[in-house]
Amino acid sequence: MSLGQSVDKPRAAPASPSEAHPQPSPPLALAPHPRSAPLASGRLASIALGQAVASVIHDSVTREDAVLHIEHFRLWYGEKQALFDISMPIPRGRVTALIGPSGCGKSTLLRSVNRLNDLIDTVRIEGQMRLNGDPTYGPGVDVIELRKRMGMVFQKSNPFPMSVYENVVYSLRIDGERNRRVLDEVCERSLRGAALWDEVKDRLHESGLSLSGGQQQRLCIARAIAAEPEVLLMDEPCSALDPIATGKIEDLIQELRGTYSVLIVTHNMQQASRASDYTAFMYMGRVLEYGATSDLYTKPHLQETEDYITGRFG
Amino acid sequence: MSSETPSVVAAPALAAPALAPPATRAPSSDRGRRGRIGGTVLSSGEPMVWLTGGALTIALAMIVCLLALIVSRGLTTFWPAKLVQIRTAGGQMLLGEVTGRERYTPDSQMLAERPPADAERIRAAAAAGDGTVERRWLRTGNFDVAATHFQWIDEPLIVEETQPEWACLVERRSWGRFHGFARSMLVDGEPVATEPAAVWRAFDEHHAAARDRLRKRTRLAKHDLGAVSRRKNDARLDVIRARLSDGAGSPAHAAAQAELAREEVWETAENARVAAEIDALDKENARYQLLLATADGQEKLVPLAEIVRAYSANRLSWFDRLGVYLSRWGEFLSDEPREANSEGGVFPAIWGTVAMTLFMSLAVVPFGVLAALYLREYARPGLPVSVLRIAVNNLAGVPSIVFGVFGLGFFCYVVGVRVDQLLFPAELSEHTPTFGTGGLLWASLTLALLTLPVVIVTTEEALAAVPGSMREGSYACGASKWQTIWRIVLPRALPGVMTGVILAMARGAGEVAPLMLVGAMKSASELPIDGAFPFVHPQRSFMHLGFHLYDLGFHSQNSEAARPMVFTTALLLIAIVAVLNVTAVRLRSRLRKRFGVESV
Repeated sequence: MSLGQSVDKPRAAPASPSEAHPQPSPPLALAPHPRSAPLASGRLASIALGQAVASVIHDSVTREDAVLHIEHFRLWYGEKQALFDISMPIPRGRVTALIGPSGCGKSTLLRSVNRLNDLIDTVRIEGQMRLNGDPTYGPGVDVIELRKRMGMVFQKSNPFPMSVYENVVYSLRIDGERNRRVLDEVCERSLRGAALWDEVKDRLHESGLSLSGGQQQRLCIARAIAAEPEVLLMDEPCSALDPIATGKIEDLIQELRGTYSVLIVTHNMQQASRASDYTAFMYMGRVLEYGATSDLYTKPHLQETEDYITGRFG
Repeated sequence: MSSETPSVVAAPALAAPALAPPATRAPSSDRGRRGRIGGTVLSSGEPMVWLTGGALTIALAMIVCLLALIVSRGLTTFWPAKLVQIRTAGGQMLLGEVTGRERYTPDSQMLAERPPADAERIRAAAAAGDGTVERRWLRTGNFDVAATHFQWIDEPLIVEETQPEWACLVERRSWGRFHGFARSMLVDGEPVATEPAAVWRAFDEHHAAARDRLRKRTRLAKHDLGAVSRRKNDARLDVIRARLSDGAGSPAHAAAQAELAREEVWETAENARVAAEIDALDKENARYQLLLATADGQEKLVPLAEIVRAYSANRLSWFDRLGVYLSRWGEFLSDEPREANSEGGVFPAIWGTVAMTLFMSLAVVPFGVLAALYLREYARPGLPVSVLRIAVNNLAGVPSIVFGVFGLGFFCYVVGVRVDQLLFPAELSEHTPTFGTGGLLWASLTLALLTLPVVIVTTEEALAAVPGSMREGSYACGASKWQTIWRIVLPRALPGVMTGVILAMARGAGEVAPLMLVGAMKSASELPIDGAFPFVHPQRSFMHLGFHLYDLGFHSQNSEAARPMVFTTALLLIAIVAVLNVTAVRLRSRLRKRFGVESV
C-alpha cells in the first residue's frame, strides 16, 4: 500500500549538531509545527492512512559507534505489513530500549535481528541489517553462525530441561566444546556476569527448572552471554517477574552496559528510563523518535512521543 | 512449572457460551443477564455433574466386576478344599471336592433316563419343595478309572455324606488327580507300611528323593541328549554347507564328512552313557510305589516319582492348606505345562509373553519416534501430512488378525525366506525353515506394526507439547534444527513417549489373534531366550499366555478341569501387563522429574 512512498529516505541528511539539541523541533519532521496538537494527531492520522512518516532520529544516536545497523527494514506477516522502512543504528556498548504500544512491532523488530522470524513460514522481509558490517540477510548468510554472534533473553524465562551448568554452556556444547576447563570457566564467568553465581554455585548440577522465576531469568541471561555475543537482545525480560526480581534484572542490565550492546524491548516506561541509554519510540510498525533516553523523556521532539510517555495515549 | 496463561484466559471464554442459552449469548447485555439469573436447572450444570459422574461410575463398575470375577476365581483355583465322600441311593461311592451348587427344575425327559428309583426320589423332592432340586458339582478326579473328572450329584439321592479322615488327594504327572485312600507303600514290590499314618510317613520319606531323581532324569533327557543331538546336527549341516559352497567331493566337503563321522561315533558313545544314567535312575524310581484305592475299592498302583503332590485333605490345618496353596502357585509359575497344558505350570508362556513384549517395545519405540519426529518437526503442515496422520490413526483400527496375516505373508514368507536363503541354505535344503516360519522375531515385529499408530500419535502429541519458547531459546543460542530436537525437544518429550510405550505394551501384551499366525505355539519345547549359545533365539516359536488362555479354554479335552486354570492364567496375564506398565510408569515419573515436565 505505502510501498511507493516509503522509498523516501527517512534520514536523508544528517542534521547539524548545533540545531539538534536546543531546538525542540525535529530536523526532518514532515509536519512544519510539530508542537501544535492538531498537527501531532495529523502524524498519527497519516500513519493510520498508511502514508510514510519519517523517523526523527537525534544526533546523539548517530554520533555513537554502531554495532548494528538496521537499514530500510520492512517485514510482512503474509499480506499484513508489520514493519515499515525502519532504519536505525544500535550503539555499541550501550543499552537501547524499544518502547511503544502493544502490537507496534517492537518484538518483531527484535526477533528480526537474530532472524527468529525465519521460523514463521509466512514472514517475508525487505531491507538489510548489518552486524559489525556483516549483512545478516541474504543468500550467503549462515543463520546458525549469525545467531551464535547474538544472545537473546525472552519474555518468559525458558531454561532448558537440564542442569544449571548445562544450561549455561549450551551454546558451547552445540559447538562441540568438550574441554572441561573451558566449560567450567565460561559457566562461572557467565553466572557471575548474570549476578547468579553466588546463589547457584552449590547447585550447578541441579535442574535449571528448580530455580525461582527471577533466578531462571538470570540463568537465561547467563546462557545468552556465555558465547560473548556482539549484541544482547532482550524481549521484555521482566514482564513475568515480581518487582524485586525485576529490580535485580535492571541492576544487572546496568552492569552489562559497556561490556555488551543491549537491545531491549519493554512495556514499562519507567524501566526504559531507568535502564537504557537510548530509547526508540515505535508506533504501528514505524520508529517515530529515537534518541538519548534522557532527551526523549524530558524534551522529546515530537508531541506524540510526549503524549505516549506521559500516558496520554497508547 | 509454568502455567500457560492463554489456557487460563481461554477457560471462562469457552465455558461462557457453552452454559449460556443461545438466545442470551451476549453476556454483557442486560437481557442476557436477566435470562441467566432466572436460570434453568440445565444452565446451573448440576445434571451434567450427575451425568458425567454416572458414566464414570458405570465404566468403573464394569471394570471392577470383570477384575473381581477374574481375581476371585483365579485366586481360589489352587485352594485345597475338603474331600467329601458321598454314598448315593444307587449305591455309588464318590469322593471329591464340591466345586459348585445349583438349583434346577427336573424335566420328565431327563428323569426318564434315570433309574426309576432315583427318578422317583427326585420327583418327590421336587414336589415337596418349589419344584426345583438342588445338585452339586463334584470334582471326582480318577479319570483313568471313571473316565470323567466331574459329576453332578442330585441332593435327594445322597444317602450318606462323610469326610473320611484319611481321604487323600494325589496329583499325578499323568491322568490328573486321584481321590481315594492309601492302602500301602511298596518298596521293591514289598509293602513297608499299611496303616495310613505309616504309609504317609513312608511316602514323605521317599517322595522327595524320587522327585529329585525324576528331575535329574528329565534334565539328562532334555538337556544332555539335546546338546548331543544338536552337536551332531551341526556337523551334519556343516557337511551340507560344504557341499553347497565347495561342491560334493571337494576337500572341505570331505573334511566335514570326516568330522561328521567322528561326531557320530561320539554321539553313540555319549547317548549310551546318558541312556545308562537314565536307566539307573528309572530303575531306582521303579522301586518305590504307592498302592491307592478309590472310594469304591478299585486299586491303583502309582510310582512315587509320578506323584507331584499328595495330601490328606481332611486332616490339613489352615496353615497346611496355605502351604499346599502356595506350593501350587509356585508350580504354576515356575514349571512347564503337562497334560495338554491343563495342569502344571505356565513358565514358558510367561517367559514368552515377557520376551515378546520387550522385543516389541524395542522395535516399536525407535521406529515410531522417528516417524513422529518427521511428521511433527520436519514435514510441512498441509493436506498430505493431514492425510498421512489420518491414515496412521486408522491403522489403529485395522483388525489385529489382518496384521497377523500381513506378518505371516510378509515377514515369514517373504523376508524370512530370503534370510533363510542367504544365511541358512543348508537348513533350507532339508526343508526346515529357520526364519521362514513364525517365531519370536516376526511376532514381535508384527505386534510392533500393530502398536505403531499408538506410539506415533502419543509421541506427536508429546512433541507438540514442548513449549515453543524452549525451541526458540535453543535456536537463539545458535543451535541447528537437529541439535534443538536432539538436546531440547526429545528429552522434554520423553515422558510422553513413555506414555506411548505404556499404551503399546498394554495393547501388545494382551494381543492373541495375530500371534496364532506368526509364532505362538500351543507348547514350545525350547524357550526363545535360554542358556544355549547365542542365548537369544529370535527364530524360535514360543508360548504366550494369551494364546495359552485360548487353548486352555477352548481346545482342552478336559475343559471342566481347565476352567479354573483359565481364570488363573487370565489373572496372571493381567498381573504381568500391570507389572510391565507399572515399571514403565515409574520410569516415566523419573523422567518427568528429571526434565521438569508436570504432565504430558
